[in-house]
Amino acid sequence: MRGSVWDVIGPNLTLLVISLAAFAAVIYALFLIGSRASVRWQGWLRYGVFLGPALLLLLVGLIYPALRTIWLSFMDKRSENFIGFDNYIWAFTIPEIQIVLRNTVLWVIFVPIVSTLIGLAIAYMTDRMKRASVVKSLIFMPMAISFVGASVIWGFMYNFEPNEDKVEIGLLNAILRGVGIEPRNFLLEAPGNTFFLIAVLIWIQTGFAMVILSAAMKNVPDEIVEAAMLDGASNWRRFVRVTLPMIRGTVVVVLTTITIGTLKVFDIVRTMTGGNFQTNVIANEMYAQSFRQLNYGQGSALAVILFLGVVPIIWYNVRQLRLERTER
Amino acid sequence: MADTASLRLSPTQKKRAKDIFSSPIASAAAIVIAVLWTIPTFSLLVTSIRPETDINSSGWWTFFANPNVSFENYEKVLFVGTGVNPPMFQYFFNSLAVTIPAVIFPITLAVFAAYALAWFDFKGRDAIFFTIFALQVVPLQLTLVPLLQLFSQGLVIGGVTLIPSLGITGTYIPIWIAHTIFGLPLAIFLLHNFLRQIPRELIEAGRVDGANWFTMFTKIVLPLSIPAIASFLIFQFLWVWNDLLVGLTFGAGSKSVAPMTVRLAEMVGTRGSGWEVLTAGAFVSIVVPLIVFFALQRYFVRGLLAGSVKG
Repeated sequence: MRGSVWDVIGPNLTLLVISLAAFAAVIYALFLIGSRASVRWQGWLRYGVFLGPALLLLLVGLIYPALRTIWLSFMDKRSENFIGFDNYIWAFTIPEIQIVLRNTVLWVIFVPIVSTLIGLAIAYMTDRMKRASVVKSLIFMPMAISFVGASVIWGFMYNFEPNEDKVEIGLLNAILRGVGIEPRNFLLEAPGNTFFLIAVLIWIQTGFAMVILSAAMKNVPDEIVEAAMLDGASNWRRFVRVTLPMIRGTVVVVLTTITIGTLKVFDIVRTMTGGNFQTNVIANEMYAQSFRQLNYGQGSALAVILFLGVVPIIWYNVRQLRLERTER
Repeated sequence: MADTASLRLSPTQKKRAKDIFSSPIASAAAIVIAVLWTIPTFSLLVTSIRPETDINSSGWWTFFANPNVSFENYEKVLFVGTGVNPPMFQYFFNSLAVTIPAVIFPITLAVFAAYALAWFDFKGRDAIFFTIFALQVVPLQLTLVPLLQLFSQGLVIGGVTLIPSLGITGTYIPIWIAHTIFGLPLAIFLLHNFLRQIPRELIEAGRVDGANWFTMFTKIVLPLSIPAIASFLIFQFLWVWNDLLVGLTFGAGSKSVAPMTVRLAEMVGTRGSGWEVLTAGAFVSIVVPLIVFFALQRYFVRGLLAGSVKG
């Protein structure tokens, strides 16, 4: 067995080394030519070397495919005939897909709001705490874990033992049994199961929200906080009247960032339930339609629906950036 | 608390008031949440080092009453394949081989582009910059099918072959290119914001000294942008190492290039993969990012703060 592993790794390693060397050599050569070229030549060459590769990749690899997907969403299964809005009508009228859309809405509502609320609470609690960094690191840690890894971790937490005579090895069901509640199969029963999947992403995203919000709170000037203290503001009032208004912009950034990530959630659903038991979401169904059913029309329509979900955010972000730039 | 604050405070009182606000109840609550947050990961680690029979006959928390350590699970998952499936060791190598170029390529191209967008004066610069900024949040799903077809069939428009079929399907190359493309918008945006802060005098002085655009890049811009590069490096590393969608789609189902996430997801869906292999396998796949995370957390946070939208 070990021998055959090296048979695969050997050529792969060769490809890796050659590719990296080739990449370095090309760039080195371009710089060599560029730095020796005449001034006039350089004026043109610099665009080709510095801007060209990235723009070409974005054009061919991102913009063209995106436009083509939009076009494919109006075509049939094999992209041969134009069928108008049929794929969209399919998406919005088939009960199965309606559940997919409903679940995606549930994810997009609950993950950003709950993660931000918990993140906000922890950021505030640890704002003036000594040695807060250990606490924050632990809550932030899930950010480094892959969604697949998190799915295994939580699959084990949710583990259900159907045989009543055996012990529960999943922590949650063991607790339930311990306090005399009937253990349950968390991932099987709709609609609760969607919320147990949502909890996994909240577990991951809370750390992100906490870190960003905590940094924003550190920027609230001490004088303002102290003035509020002098006025006799309670902790809660100080939070609502002083801290929250001052970090409102950051809260919006955190909410939108998590929303974008949540819209595309795919790994968790695919790994934990495979989209079964009424837990499916758009990104997973899009993958199934495109790469398992090989129905490019319906798969593309779902991808476009996903895209339409982020369009308002793109619009908002671009507007904010323009405002920032004109202020400078 | 309200009555201490209603008085006019002297500096020492102020300090004391500050200490009161770091209230012990809030701190205790934060610690409890941190512990709750860590239990799931901790249980994975504990389970992975218990013998198979223990795992299936008792909860992981009983380990502390009856510490019975075994590394058999790791040996099994890392070095023993199952039927047609190679051992995890090979997927570990694939993850490395996918990640290293998929981090180096986009960062290199992004520093170049960010330099051009920040310091070359040309028409349409702002339009390009705003387009790239907007591209950050375009979902990958919108590009998957056509991009995959591009790799397998090339690009032919109206009978004219613009890009030939490359015959690279089933190698790492499509995965590298896909990750490079998807990483570029955020990388360019972050690095551009950073490079724009280089003082104009520095660039102009370089021009006067006769340094051209290329030597200026290597002598001035690159050394200055190392901190920003470091931040993005960690970002992109975690993103690529933890990715499932790109590896699954552009790996073309080939076991010889699939990263660990793909294998782990496959194991979860297979009957017969017990918790002993799943927990050990999962830990193998998360240990590298965890080390990177704890060692370089500071840079990671800096990167997150600099720009927190990713498509």
